[in-house]
Amino acid sequence: MQSFPGVGVSPGRITGTIKQMPRPLAEPPAGEKLAAGTDAATATAALQTASKAVQAELQARAATARADAKAVLEATALMAVDPMLIKSAVKLVNAGTSTERAVWEAAEAVAAMLVNLGGYMAERATDVLDVRARIVASLRGVPAPGIPSSDQPFILVAEDLAPADTATLDPEKVTALLTAGGGPQSHTAIIARSLGLPAVVAAVGIDQLPDGTEVYVDGAAGTITTEPGEAERAAAAAWAANSSLLSVFDGNGTTADGHLVPLLANVGGAADAVKAAAAGAQGVGLLRTEFCFLERDTEPSREEQVAAYRGVFDAFPGKKVVLRTLDAGADKPLPFLTDATEPNPALGVRGYRTDTSSPGVLERQLAAVAEAAGGSEADVWVMAPMISTPAEAADFAAMCTAAGLKVPGVMVEVPSAAVTSESILREVAFASLGTNDLTQYTMAADRQLGPLAALNNPWQPAVLQLVRLTVAGALAEGSGKPVGVCGEAAADPALAVVLVGLGVSTLSMTARSLAAVGAVLATVTLKEAQEIATLALSANSPAQAKDWAREKLPILAKLGL
Amino acid sequence: MSERKATVASSSGLHARPASLFAAAAGEVGVEVTIAMDGAPAEDAMDASSILSLMTLGAEHGSVVVLRAEGDGADAALDKLAAMLETDLDAV
Repeated sequence: MQSFPGVGVSPGRITGTIKQMPRPLAEPPAGEKLAAGTDAATATAALQTASKAVQAELQARAATARADAKAVLEATALMAVDPMLIKSAVKLVNAGTSTERAVWEAAEAVAAMLVNLGGYMAERATDVLDVRARIVASLRGVPAPGIPSSDQPFILVAEDLAPADTATLDPEKVTALLTAGGGPQSHTAIIARSLGLPAVVAAVGIDQLPDGTEVYVDGAAGTITTEPGEAERAAAAAWAANSSLLSVFDGNGTTADGHLVPLLANVGGAADAVKAAAAGAQGVGLLRTEFCFLERDTEPSREEQVAAYRGVFDAFPGKKVVLRTLDAGADKPLPFLTDATEPNPALGVRGYRTDTSSPGVLERQLAAVAEAAGGSEADVWVMAPMISTPAEAADFAAMCTAAGLKVPGVMVEVPSAAVTSESILREVAFASLGTNDLTQYTMAADRQLGPLAALNNPWQPAVLQLVRLTVAGALAEGSGKPVGVCGEAAADPALAVVLVGLGVSTLSMTARSLAAVGAVLATVTLKEAQEIATLALSANSPAQAKDWAREKLPILAKLGL
Repeated sequence: MSERKATVASSSGLHARPASLFAAAAGEVGVEVTIAMDGAPAEDAMDASSILSLMTLGAEHGSVVVLRAEGDGADAALDKLAAMLETDLDAV
């Protein structure tokens, strides 16, 4: 029995067989020539075989796909054998270029042409490059890139997973996510929690296991073991039986002694909001408005914005909806707003700062929010991301007032805002801790870099200290203005207890985590939560903080969290 | 060389699904068919069975295109393909 310990990022105990995510395809070297002893005719024949094989594979997938996916797959199947593409590749082969390099360059030229045409055509360039990767993979005799297709459910294993990789992830087929790299706030963690899949990251060596190996996964404990025995199968069965308990939240976030802690949802649009309301969320603690702006060359119109925001507001009549104004830059670039050439995007003109470089966009967004709020029954609050000073907070509050928005707030994610929260809260009505970015800036560790995963852990005592300081500033300000948490930290039941103990008044998380957090919170009194928080603050390391907190929460082991 | 002119009827132009359907049909008619925008020189005409070529042609709803083919069956092939272009393939 082999063991691959990692960091558990999404709870669940299951057994299953693994399939490895194919490694990304390396570009054939520039100038690569036909191998010695291979003539152009043989190479051309190999190309024809590979392209037909790719066409057949894509047609087979089209046959079982849903309507919209089907049309795309049929078009890409045709691209694989496209006469123009094949002709240009053959021309290069006849001139002595290797088959792989010929396909690479021919497809590159077609993709460039499409990008130049802009709009819909430019989007098809990605399809051409996908077909290219598949043809080259076929020529090399390696698996095609992308999530492996399978008739049976399987556990997906990779070195790490990017948003593009998981766009087509089908939770009916994939039952858990395991990565050798990545960290607690990586994309794998986020998507696993939102799909409710058990997941373990930073499990060194897991990406070397052969396809078909059966493993047992405990997504809360972070353990992966091969050759599961009776004990493991029993644990998996118990989890399956219990998980229905953990899927229902009664809509009443509270400690054991009745201290109310509303549990809200983080959403990215109307569809998310409707699901969150159905899951019992007591409101929205973070409405990410980028969904309205992504994948666009130009700012969305007033009407589009009003409709998009209203869709979310209408899902929560009479409840609180906290909308975050446009947070572009760093890992969320927007072509019309952010500068892709910045040397340090995470420290760049992002979030609220884009108002200085591109004035007007924020003003128009606030006007649209006000119009949408006016026509709905939700209690709409608005907050700006990346606020670093009281002056910025005051400016934002003034813009909100000018737009007719009554409840302005700020995200606390820049450390300066945490340590000067008293001055900042004089200017606005509330604060919300964005623990993902707060951790990144506090620990000076890029969220997107695998080797820094251990630093990007919200259990870092320094981060907990900044949460404490933020709350202390709010208390000192004296008007009882609330400090909530809307980062991934709120979705971790043990950390949620610590946050409540530190004085956080609301927790907002992915809707799937509501039931688990609600269940655990309900087992401790406020005083117990405060004691656990004090314990965590005194720890020397994130692991120690987490262990000490977990020891005081026996409900976690009981529920398999 | 036989020629037919046709007005693209698909509401999305010769993109996506209509382009797929048309390219597949052009590949099956048994003669080589080229396509070009009306007024473009014949030497610049593209292979009608190449979906990538169709996409770069940029034919919109209402564009007039010229189909050309020669040899046995050319006229029948061109009739069939022209008729296809003049149907709204988005509605199929």
